[in-house]
Amino acid sequence: MSEQKETYILAIETSCDETAAAIIKDGTEVVANVVATQIESHKRFGGVVPEIASRHHVEQMTIVLEEVFAKANMTMEQIDAVAVTEGPGLVGALLVGVSSAKALAYAHQKPLIGVHHIAGHIYANRLQEEFTFPLLALVVSGGHTELILMKEHGVFEVIGETRDDAAGEAYDKVARTLDLPYPGGPEVDRLAQLGEDTLSFPRAWLEEDSYDFSFSGLKSAVINTLHNAKQKGNDLKRENIAASFQASVIDVLTEKTYRAAKDHQVNQVIIAGGVAANKGLRASLEEKFKEESIQLSIPPLWLCTDNAAMIGAAGTIAYQKGNRAGWDMNANPGLDLESYGMRGRS
Amino acid sequence: MNILAIDTSNDAMGIAIYQQDKVIAEYVSINKNKHSTRLMPAIAQVMEDANVTPRDLTKIVVAKGPGSYTGVRIGLSVAKTMAWSLQIPVVAVSSLEILALQAKAMQQLICPFFDARRGLVFTGLYQFNSGEFTTVREDQNILFENWLEQVKSLNQAIIFISPDLSIYQDLIQEKLGELAIFLPEGFHNARPSLLAIAGKDRTGEELHSLQPSYLRLVEAEAKWLEEQKEKQHE
Ligand SMILES: [Zn+2]
Repeated sequence: MSEQKETYILAIETSCDETAAAIIKDGTEVVANVVATQIESHKRFGGVVPEIASRHHVEQMTIVLEEVFAKANMTMEQIDAVAVTEGPGLVGALLVGVSSAKALAYAHQKPLIGVHHIAGHIYANRLQEEFTFPLLALVVSGGHTELILMKEHGVFEVIGETRDDAAGEAYDKVARTLDLPYPGGPEVDRLAQLGEDTLSFPRAWLEEDSYDFSFSGLKSAVINTLHNAKQKGNDLKRENIAASFQASVIDVLTEKTYRAAKDHQVNQVIIAGGVAANKGLRASLEEKFKEESIQLSIPPLWLCTDNAAMIGAAGTIAYQKGNRAGWDMNANPGLDLESYGMRGRS
Repeated sequence: MNILAIDTSNDAMGIAIYQQDKVIAEYVSINKNKHSTRLMPAIAQVMEDANVTPRDLTKIVVAKGPGSYTGVRIGLSVAKTMAWSLQIPVVAVSSLEILALQAKAMQQLICPFFDARRGLVFTGLYQFNSGEFTTVREDQNILFENWLEQVKSLNQAIIFISPDLSIYQDLIQEKLGELAIFLPEGFHNARPSLLAIAGKDRTGEELHSLQPSYLRLVEAEAKWLEEQKEKQHE
């Protein structure tokens, strides 16, 4: 085999409230990674305000780009292609990244690549260790709760998804009910570590053979329990509410992931997305897969939350498949993962 | 000298190339909400027609708003990132000033405006004295009725320029009577060639901190500030 030249991808991610850029080598190595977070700015509103997020992206974009090139000690000339999150996400926020990526690619006459945000979350793991197919990815974030089966690079089969709220959404709402500061997910996780599952909230298993999820019932149960306790003057320990809520979420996520992994005889299970940072979820999955020959991959925290390194990792696959976006590429807030994976196939 | 001018701040998308001492290419298309898909293909086409490569560019001039938040961001994102990566200066010009440039040959006060819905407009007041440009009233977001009362008190003739003139022409006429002057048809859309000319001799902005001119707080932010004020009074 002849020695192949390295591939360097510059990646941009602006789908929500992080302005991020990264340079990735050969789809597996992080050369430089920069994330400018806006959490502080959105905190006072208790959630991400889309217009404010978009405004921050315009303020941060070139600063972040400058930093990533400085860190990598590289120039645009050494970059093979520009990858950018095309969707899903907040449309106004996505547009800043897409416009900037186009400008960079056009100015230096480089190929432009659109990347699916969830493909990115999954590929974050490839920056840690190589994939072994077939693999199952559990993607849990503020907007997503999905089980995705992969038999080869860049092709995705969604075998389970949430029918109502994403797990992260349920976390945020429960956090608000418990008067925890934004972002609520990590706060609930922290509080849950101090409490016990005393309230045994329902587990939404749905149909026996379904890999789908549902969290709205659980969310209502938590809110109602708290409400009733308040009316009766009972003082429920917040730690126990958090622990009981978290136990229900984690039970379902762990059980369904385990069953899907066994049913599809996968070699690797990947946990991806912001909620993958959850300590309880990590511990539960590690325990469940301890005795199995299935390899369980949980990326470090900085790869779980939104970043551009993951977009570069997924973008490298799209680049190798020959997928190129035109100058008319648009932000696509409703981009479908499966059809994204079928691009470039006749 | 090769200047690329970009305006996506309102319904009209405009691109122009200014070379040495003249405009050599200009493209205008009025198509609301399509700026994201149409801007880069149009830039590529205009550049090709003008036989200019990105590397040949010496400056980018961009319309910074006021206008559509998304539109302004698309233009500014492209202009900032391109200028940054090509290491050339970027100049930002008020979208209202660009409109006013269509009456550069006139002596009267000039009032360019864009409709901002619910009776509000983005507007300002400009004047040229033998080609020299002055801002009489800063760009602002205001109820047009109130604005017209204000400028009427100046008791001077005013030229109105706006792609949204048809919405407000009767109101202007009613409020200002003979003081109101309207340019003929064809002079009410911003021209990117005039943008290029306006920016050609100006020095570049501090690139990273260059921001759109939104002229309006985000609603959530305005509400939050209001709440803080109330808290202080309590
Ligand atoms: Zn994400």
